Amino acid sequence: MSELIEGFLGKSIEGRKSRLPAKLDYLQSATGLFLGLFMWGHMFFVSSILISKDFMYAVARFFEGSFIFEEPKPGLVSIVVAVVFLIFIVHAALGMRKLPANFRQWQVYRTHMKMMSHEDTTLWFIQAITGFAMFFMGSAHLFLMLTQPSTIGPFGSGDRMVFMWPFYLLLLLAVEFHGGIGLYRLSVKWGWFEGENAKQTRATLKKVKWAITVFFLALGTLTLVAYLKIGLENIDQNRVGQKYAPTTQIHEIYQAKVRA
Amino acid sequence: MSRTITIKALKYNPNSKVSKPHVAEYKLEETDGMTLFVALSKIRETMDPDLSFDFVCRAGICGSCGMMVNGKPALACRTLTKNYESGVLELFPMPAFKLIKDLSVDTGNWMNDMSKRVESWIHTNEEVDFSKLEKPIEPEVAQEVFELDRCIECGICVAACGTKLMRPNFVGAVGLNRVARFELDPHDNRTIEDYYELVGDDDGIFGCMSLLACEDNCPKHLPLQSKIAYMRRKLVSLR
Ligand code: HEM
Ligand code: SF4
Ligand code: FES
Repeated sequence: MSELIEGFLGKSIEGRKSRLPAKLDYLQSATGLFLGLFMWGHMFFVSSILISKDFMYAVARFFEGSFIFEEPKPGLVSIVVAVVFLIFIVHAALGMRKLPANFRQWQVYRTHMKMMSHEDTTLWFIQAITGFAMFFMGSAHLFLMLTQPSTIGPFGSGDRMVFMWPFYLLLLLAVEFHGGIGLYRLSVKWGWFEGENAKQTRATLKKVKWAITVFFLALGTLTLVAYLKIGLENIDQNRVGQKYAPTTQIHEIYQAKVRA
Repeated sequence: MSRTITIKALKYNPNSKVSKPHVAEYKLEETDGMTLFVALSKIRETMDPDLSFDFVCRAGICGSCGMMVNGKPALACRTLTKNYESGVLELFPMPAFKLIKDLSVDTGNWMNDMSKRVESWIHTNEEVDFSKLEKPIEPEVAQEVFELDRCIECGICVAACGTKLMRPNFVGAVGLNRVARFELDPHDNRTIEDYYELVGDDDGIFGCMSLLACEDNCPKHLPLQSKIAYMRRKLVSLR
């Protein structure tokens, strides 16, 4: 009965306001923070290809449990992806509450934004648009990783880039803008790092935000190109769809043959 | 050296059936230290007696002259025309408030409603005895409270807020600042629970999307960003 009353009045049976809006606000930030930081780590993992194919291979094998199991277990990757997917969905559901919900809201915000040319107001709009785009792009990518984790590797990922690079370029832009702005917004929203002079801190945070965005966009683009190059080489060498064999492994096979 | 400046202003009377919204253009000689107040008064005296706008103190104290100047909300009496290099100033009434006519909006009733909504008065069970000296209060605390009390209710933070424009029920920075002011004041016996009842929802503190145009445009430079973040932390930490 109390649930009925609370839903009906928006107040608990003690006549108090629901604590849920506070929890949702907190959860929006917590999921955003997780995703934002996760994307930093994620970028470092995928950019391992810039060091060498072997290194990227080792990183990929690591996530398949190479530290425990002899055989690669792509299922482990699926589990991690599933958890991230879940957090992503929760974050998107919460973010949705903030998006313009009808034409008038859209129109009034656009007009206001153009009139004011106020940076943080414009940045919010970019965050909303990129967030909306990620409903689809983020889901598509996560679904792919969830269902085909074994294809992740220097060759597999390279092959994927050959036909999917425009998609990944857009996703990269969306993630870096959305996440970068989001982390900045988190800091000002909760007053992190505020110190003595909040205005000064905010200006610094804004600079750091842009630096981070540029850094990750550059790293991401280089990484994308590196995979694309491998994919094109694979076509040239007629080995599309093959699994990458690390040099040490080839070396071992060679040694075994020599010994035999 | 004097120059001719152009003032464009939205003219519209929402209460008239025949009035059509349009932008009127006025050209006038700029004088030394001319403010928008001076310019608009001149226009009304010599060119267009029908042009409506609000002024009282002409000194940035009463908060009645807020308007959109080239897209940004500002106090017209504190706006120097010489700071606009192009010499063109486009004036719109502040959005978010009820339009009375042309550049004149009703901030007064809105502020009244806001004050009632956040119960903008000291809540205490103590009887004040006016024949006795006031209870002492730490100077730093008093300073902090006075700092937030400097708000002149001009409505600029409200007009600057994209969240407020999308969601008309949002309390706005001025309301959240007011809550922070009483929360800081030791005379007020309200608890965080009590403030949660006032602004603990998506029309209140949790509706704020941290766009910070309030902070960036407040003519009194109130620490709105810090105070909103402070109230958010307080209200979220409630069980
Ligand atoms: C379907 C995908 C997504 C949607 C629809 C979405 C939507 C949103 C929206 C609308 C906001 C603004 C919330 C506000 O103004 O209070 C936001 C905040 C944020 N988002 Fe996303 N987002 C998505 C995915 C992501 C991803 C993948 C990341 C990680 C890079 C991320 C990181 C953040 C962060 C850090 C914030 C700030 C949190 C806050 O303001 O409390 N989001 N998101
Ligand atoms: S907080 Fe600043 S901008 Fe808002 S009403 Fe008060 S003085 Fe005006
Ligand atoms: S007329 Fe009083 S603040 Fe401008």
